[in-house]
Amino acid sequence: MLDPSPRELTQNPLRKIWLPCRNGHIVQRRVCMTNCPTLIVTVGLPARGKTYISKKLTRYLNWIGVSTKEFNVGQYRRECMKIYKSFEFFSPDNEEGLKVRRQCAMAALNDVREYLSVKGGHVAVFDATNTTRERRATIVKFAEQNGFKVFFVESLCDDKDIIAQNIVQVKLGSPDYIHCNTEEAIEDFMNRIKCYESSYQSLDEILDRDLSYIKIMDVGRRYLVNRVLDHIQSRIVYYLMNIHITPRSIYLCRHGESDLNIKGRIGGDSGLSARGKEFARRLRKFIQEQNIKDLKVWTSQMKRAIQTAECLGVPYEQWKTLNEIDAGVCEEMMYEEIQEHYPLEFALRDQDKYRYRYPKGESYEDLVQRLEPVIMELERQENVLVICHQAVMRCLLAYFLDKTAEELPYLKCSLHTVLKLTPVAYEVESVFLGVDAVNTHRDKPEVRKHKCLSIDMKS
Amino acid sequence: MELPHLEPAMLRRCSAASVPQFCNSPTLIVMVGLPARGKTYISKKLTRYLNWIGVPTKVFNVGQYRREAVKIYKNFEFFKPDNKEAMRIRKACAAAALRDVTAYFAKEQGQVAVFDATNTTRERRAVILSFAKEMGYKVFFVESICDDPNIITENIKQVKFGSPDYVDRDIDEAMEDFNQRIECYRLSYMPIDDDKDRNLSYIKIFDVGSRYLVNQVQDHIQSRIVYYLMNIHVTPRSIYLSRHGESELNLLGRIGGDSSLSTGGHNYANAMATFLREQNILDLRVWTSHMKRTIQTAEALGVQYEQWKALNEIDAGVCEELTYEEIQANFPEEFALRDQDKYRYRYPKGESYEDLVHRLEPVIMELERQENVLVICHQAVMRCLLAYFLDKPAEELPYLRCPLHTILKLTPIAYGCTVESFYLNIEAVDTHREKPKNVDITRNPEDALQTVPEHI
Repeated sequence: MLDPSPRELTQNPLRKIWLPCRNGHIVQRRVCMTNCPTLIVTVGLPARGKTYISKKLTRYLNWIGVSTKEFNVGQYRRECMKIYKSFEFFSPDNEEGLKVRRQCAMAALNDVREYLSVKGGHVAVFDATNTTRERRATIVKFAEQNGFKVFFVESLCDDKDIIAQNIVQVKLGSPDYIHCNTEEAIEDFMNRIKCYESSYQSLDEILDRDLSYIKIMDVGRRYLVNRVLDHIQSRIVYYLMNIHITPRSIYLCRHGESDLNIKGRIGGDSGLSARGKEFARRLRKFIQEQNIKDLKVWTSQMKRAIQTAECLGVPYEQWKTLNEIDAGVCEEMMYEEIQEHYPLEFALRDQDKYRYRYPKGESYEDLVQRLEPVIMELERQENVLVICHQAVMRCLLAYFLDKTAEELPYLKCSLHTVLKLTPVAYEVESVFLGVDAVNTHRDKPEVRKHKCLSIDMKS
Repeated sequence: MELPHLEPAMLRRCSAASVPQFCNSPTLIVMVGLPARGKTYISKKLTRYLNWIGVPTKVFNVGQYRREAVKIYKNFEFFKPDNKEAMRIRKACAAAALRDVTAYFAKEQGQVAVFDATNTTRERRAVILSFAKEMGYKVFFVESICDDPNIITENIKQVKFGSPDYVDRDIDEAMEDFNQRIECYRLSYMPIDDDKDRNLSYIKIFDVGSRYLVNQVQDHIQSRIVYYLMNIHVTPRSIYLSRHGESELNLLGRIGGDSSLSTGGHNYANAMATFLREQNILDLRVWTSHMKRTIQTAEALGVQYEQWKALNEIDAGVCEELTYEEIQANFPEEFALRDQDKYRYRYPKGESYEDLVHRLEPVIMELERQENVLVICHQAVMRCLLAYFLDKPAEELPYLRCPLHTILKLTPIAYGCTVESFYLNIEAVDTHREKPKNVDITRNPEDALQTVPEHI
């Protein structure tokens, strides 16, 4: 049925998005990547990286704007059992143990249902061994009943060294082994794995040919991908195929202090100040002292970043997509001038700094979307130094440190400070290179509501 | 240490594209599979995609070399494994193709070569591997495995009957001969072995994409290739491309901006709604940009639509909302530079066509995944998308004709795409500016403005 009168368009003042409205009411249009919610189900023996993958995938999906939450069944079991005695709990003939474990899985699925159906989550990651066909069939049925799509992620690995390393890295620190010494813990955990081995039914090429899944073999050497149904599953597969666990470090820093920084003006494309040049020299020294293997250096295409990189005396790659957030009509203004000429815009920005889009410019939300290929390539790479800008660095940092959209625009990314990020725990080492610079950080001010600002921010 | 002085103009037109170059050693993609498994379809499509995103790529189809060597194709007996004379010719053709690959990498700055042949024996693949190792090329195999007789028959119908090999045959004869041809290969076919070949880099595509096996992806370009191959499909569908209806700024001959539709533009939107209803398209998705004029156009359709910021018109930076006359008056050098290399030229504080392509890549990827889609966008954006579907090179892209009030219907067929153009009979201004004869920066205004279309 064709609507006779096309709806009027009004531009949301915060996000600068044109939306249809009728009688002054904005008609909500959500741009979603997923239609039905998706349930991702991990599969694999203990110490195969299921939780590592779950957490990482959850972090990535949330960062790109897909509300995702993980549900770790082991957590539910720990809450239920309070004290972990030994691997015997996991023995296949421990009736009591089996009962508890089944209940925990059900409790977790219940929470999944609430998250996806009631709380508006898009993706839930169900992190458990799920090593039997029977258990997986239960989950598939649960998903069908609730209208969720299911995507399995199986991790297969027989490399004893990798498994041993996993155990040492993550299991020894687990609450389960808090009162054991290292040898005891390792022995118990190996026995725990044995409990699952005899009943393990890997996803089968023929029996499970109608399921959607990815099998990751030997930490990414090989993948088997079956029946990818939609966009979000395709993105998940692409992401999983690009991550690795080789130890490496990522260095993030801003360009050296620029002439516009000194004048307190935002944006623009100015060159380095004297202090900025000094920073670049110190950065070169710092990099040399760190003695980093095969370091890749990336910059934006803005003069101040390139000048900083030039000083390092090593090859570097320019990415336009690392350019600073476009402040549109506010480019090269001081905050005082923005307040004077665009007081409404200035206030709106403080109300929702993540979603606020400068007129003819960008928002942090836009930035995240444009930085996604950078994150993907950072995942593929090993040692990388990224010389970028304040807003850009906040977005990248938020990805690595799992910060929410609310926190992201207020992360501290000072000039002349290098952040060194090292997986797996994502530890951050902050190194100030001892060259003074202006402070460009602006905290969220106390927002006093004015009459003219009573616009529904949700639309 | 003195910092190099960076000319702002030079910076903008930096040869480093908006994407860093990730190919160091050249990559040789090697197709594997029985005849009629889609190897040439994949080769051509992949090559088109890689060239569009800026990775120089070329297909080397051994069948082509064979047709040049053996002028007339008699019948399938040529492909019998015991036909020694034919075997000699086929081996020579493969070798000739590999020599051309070398020339492409060494002399033509190619980065990826797609070696399109059956390559169904381990022996043949070993020859290629050893050649690549000697030359320092990376190798990535793409094997297509399919046993569904319906799909194979359909393939034969769509592409083989039109082949020069069967130009004088009747259909049943051709079908019979081709099936015999496949049998010749089948006996000696050794698929890539997941155990013996575990150190090779490859993707196996099963049953036109319902399953994939990916092994040892070495680098960025292979990762992108895998992602692309996993997103394409062969389900019949059509893609409709159109610009927004004529806008207020269009009428004034001003570029960019975020203006509303003119009266003509609104009429076009309504005409588009009628047109789409008549086309009776199954499950049509509608996409627009974030700019008012495309959204207003979509609104008239009365269906759900999705807004993509990536579909926004090219950012003309300091030239936003100017007429060409004003650009000539205020920025004559910029105007000339743009005419010298319209693809790579970036507006001050704006974008280039090259930047646009990079920004549109996720749109293309999602278009590949989808089925019937209508994209309501803008002139420069539509040129980029069209160039992808019609395999137009960077030099032609910025001059492709995408007039207002015209819908282009693209339907994939065989190895390419048919284009149907629908002008909906609502008048609109012409916004197409051809490349003028004089592109020198010292040219006079008359020469510069020679090709500017009329406006108010």
